[in-house]
Amino acid sequence: MADSKISVEQVRHVARLARLELSAADETALQANLSEILQYIDQLNRLDTSAVAPTAQVGEAGTPMRDDVIANRPDPEAMLANAPARAGHLFKVPRIIE
Amino acid sequence: MSDNAYEAIIGLEVHTHLMTRSKLFCGCSAGFGAGPNENVCPVCMGMPGVLPVLNRHAVELAIRAGLAAHCEIAPESIFDRKSYFYPDLPKGYQISQYELPLCKGGYIELPAHSEGAEPRRIRLTRIHMEEDAGKNIHESGASLVDFNRSGVPLVEIVSEPDIRSADEAGAYLRELRSILRYIEASDGKMEEGGLRCDVNVSVRKRGAAEFGVKTEIKNLNSFRFVEKAIEHEVARQIDILEAGGRIAQETHLWDPVREVTRPMRSKEFANDYRYFPEPDLPPLRVPPDLVEAIKTAMPELPADQRARFVRELGLTAYEAAVLTQDRDLGAYFETMLAAGLKNHRTAANWVMTEVLRVVNEAARPLADAAPLAIESGELLKLVETGAISLNAAKTAFAAMCKSGKGADATVAELGLAQVSDEGAIAAACDQVIAAEAAKVAEYRGGRDKLFGFFVGQVMKAMGGKGNPKVVNEILKRKLSG
Ligand SMILES: [Zn+2]
Repeated sequence: MADSKISVEQVRHVARLARLELSAADETALQANLSEILQYIDQLNRLDTSAVAPTAQVGEAGTPMRDDVIANRPDPEAMLANAPARAGHLFKVPRIIE
Repeated sequence: MSDNAYEAIIGLEVHTHLMTRSKLFCGCSAGFGAGPNENVCPVCMGMPGVLPVLNRHAVELAIRAGLAAHCEIAPESIFDRKSYFYPDLPKGYQISQYELPLCKGGYIELPAHSEGAEPRRIRLTRIHMEEDAGKNIHESGASLVDFNRSGVPLVEIVSEPDIRSADEAGAYLRELRSILRYIEASDGKMEEGGLRCDVNVSVRKRGAAEFGVKTEIKNLNSFRFVEKAIEHEVARQIDILEAGGRIAQETHLWDPVREVTRPMRSKEFANDYRYFPEPDLPPLRVPPDLVEAIKTAMPELPADQRARFVRELGLTAYEAAVLTQDRDLGAYFETMLAAGLKNHRTAANWVMTEVLRVVNEAARPLADAAPLAIESGELLKLVETGAISLNAAKTAFAAMCKSGKGADATVAELGLAQVSDEGAIAAACDQVIAAEAAKVAEYRGGRDKLFGFFVGQVMKAMGGKGNPKVVNEILKRKLSG
């Protein structure tokens, strides 16, 4: 599994999913960069983890929970303060075509 | 028709709101009816640097739903990020559960509508928790976004492909809604988006072992649309196969105006959600004693109530199924019986005809449209004791719906009480016999059929209020004598 390498097509695919527009130079740089990250994972994969349970998170306690109470008061003006465009108390975005 | 050579394989994914006061990960109100973007905060708006904190009550309601559907409750489940871009999803991902959902397996049992029929079990794959998105309003030139629903707790209930027809899908949805209402996890109001459904449909030659290629129909928001969309999609797929074609694996949208499904414009990478564990939420740990406590506090479920109505009250399977479609209806029926009614099936039929009629006509909830259940019970009690006729009870009921008055007061006010007094009835009979001497002679000469005529005359003489049973008895005695 050594020398994982990401193709330029994979870079473009991921960029498109993330809605990123990349120049050719960006693509080359990211291809190298992402490949290095994967190679680091390869390095980790050399460790014997057969005795370790699959772990998504570290920490013993489960997620903390809150009581079901309404703690926020309506303040649409504050919420819309940084909106680039609005219509009344609604956010305005370019029309979505389905 | 070649349709019978095929069978449909249907699985449903149902999304329903959980009835919490606040949202899933923040303290905003989850209620309906607020002005645009009033119930929002930095957490449910996806502002940088915020952290979600899980609503305990939402977890409890999801566990309740899981237990009601006979699921296994995972002692540890995790939340994942489901990534896609859409303006109503401010974080760019939805917090959902993917690999390790809260509830696994389970089943929904569909009521048997005929005697002796085996109830059908539709197996579940899973029930998981997730947050709702906001709402887009499309205008010419722009789309407007309201985030009030963003972060409202949902469960998604995923069935195995065990459903075989549009009717069965409808029965499954009705039973599921009924269960969710009984356990007060969801009000199941489709019109407010409280219950939404995606449908997976494929067809195969009857007896074939392998499934055909399936299509998905998205975002159906009424039971009727689900049934119609399935009927249409099954017919469409059979037509394609019969013509030698192949089914494309694609997502369809239901067009409720033209009543057809049409393929969604395929969005590139539409299904590349790149799920990964939500780093902001440690695993959800559910202690066994919490599950036990929820189990202990669980109300009676529709299936149990149905079985009890049949076993203890002597209702038919069909009557029991109708009365348990809705928690309020079942409760109404039981409260009526508390008036001391002996004839349970008369009470059941009263609910199914008179009460359901006014509810449907008024298009309002039972509690608003119908008189108090105990007053309905008192009214039927008057029928049982012979104080009024069943027809008079119906007249009184209609008046009670409008006036809100009780049974006794209404019967007295409208003068509906039956005359059972033997003296009064005997006098009316004597009067009729004296006036109809010729017919009496014919009757006594053997024309038995005339009996009905005499009953009619006596009732007429008594203004329709004679107790038919007593009238019959006295009349028979006098005519034969
Ligand atoms: Zn919020």
